[in-house]
Amino acid sequence: MISTNPFAILAETVPSIGMQIFALAMVALAGGGTILDIIHKKNVKYFFNNAKKAKLSATKNLSSGEKISVVTKTIAHDILTTAELGATQRRIAHVMGMYGTVLFWIGSAVMIFKYSSPGISTPSVWPIIWHVGAIMTVIGGGWFWLFLRVDVSAEANSVFRIVLADLFVLALVAASAMGLIWSFLQTLGISGWDMLFLVLFAVANIILFGGVYWSKFAHMFYKPGAAIQKNLAKADGSNDDLPMPADAPEDFGLGISREKPKHY
Amino acid sequence: MSTFVYMTRCDGCGHCVDICPSDIMHIDKTIRRAVNIEPNFCWECYSCVKACPQQAIDVRGYADFAPMGHKVRVLREEKKGTISWKIKFRNGTVKDFVSPITTKPWGKHIPKLAEADSPNQGDMQSQILYNEPHGLNTEKDLPAINKSSFKKGVYY
Repeated sequence: MISTNPFAILAETVPSIGMQIFALAMVALAGGGTILDIIHKKNVKYFFNNAKKAKLSATKNLSSGEKISVVTKTIAHDILTTAELGATQRRIAHVMGMYGTVLFWIGSAVMIFKYSSPGISTPSVWPIIWHVGAIMTVIGGGWFWLFLRVDVSAEANSVFRIVLADLFVLALVAASAMGLIWSFLQTLGISGWDMLFLVLFAVANIILFGGVYWSKFAHMFYKPGAAIQKNLAKADGSNDDLPMPADAPEDFGLGISREKPKHY
Repeated sequence: MSTFVYMTRCDGCGHCVDICPSDIMHIDKTIRRAVNIEPNFCWECYSCVKACPQQAIDVRGYADFAPMGHKVRVLREEKKGTISWKIKFRNGTVKDFVSPITTKPWGKHIPKLAEADSPNQGDMQSQILYNEPHGLNTEKDLPAINKSSFKKGVYY
């Protein structure tokens, strides 16, 4: 199952152009939703105005080379490994979900646009990437939603309470899970059920990409930008008006570590 | 006035929710980030500001003692045991301070006052408070300002 391209089997009943149009429509929905979100929240405008204001309190002019170095380090450290979450379960779940989603989407795009026509054999690496990505997304997203959500872990809300902030993670997990089940049933040749899960897979994707305006989907685009701005501000000395790290303290306190925020 | 959260910095870890003594820092239902749900009830204790690992929380001070345009920002470094403060005045003056973290682990380091020496008459009449200057991390005399350095026209 894991090395079978589900879209190639699907191409026997649904023309590959149909799948390609669906995939492009999802991209358009995500792009449109993000643009609407930016217009509505005015967050990008605030972000650049704030960055401009912060520059006024800079103590150092960064050269292009220094800026590139800061951006490169931020990408390698903060963005690709979500370092801001620290060495916690949240970070592991987030990284798992993030890379799972990336693999799932890349696998989907390659298999739909390149290997979905009947008669074209798919290198087994792509279905494996797609399935592994989906499994990682389900595990990472499910772990987060069931055990790590802050409104459950720090606020003691019921694990079954669903709020708008769950739209993104639930749609993402549902899309991956439905895709996996559909692929499994289709490989086994269980007709009827495979069609049901194909429809659920499509619906979950429509909710995921069509709900960008209402969900947390766009944080994937905002967070990297914010991390770069934060590190550039640290490098140019403005540091968002925060104090610089303390220099050689003299026997100061016990420095106790934060406990997990679970004292409700 | 009250605390507010920089959304670009907040990662929704819940430390502010956990520590807020007024129970007004909560998690937003739409974006799962911290939010002050009752700004009027915030008494600016700075607990959440110091607890935030991302330095995502800031405070707007009351205009009578903290005129518009000022900033008071804080950085808590657990490994060093320090809390650094940066005060930025409206006219651009900046002052930096570093203080020790005095929070102790729960139930440990309880001072055994019953075992301490009883104060004598000299201690009672001294202006030095109990455990000073040791409690201030210095065995020297308490810091004092030379009165001649005061601004002219100010008398004490």
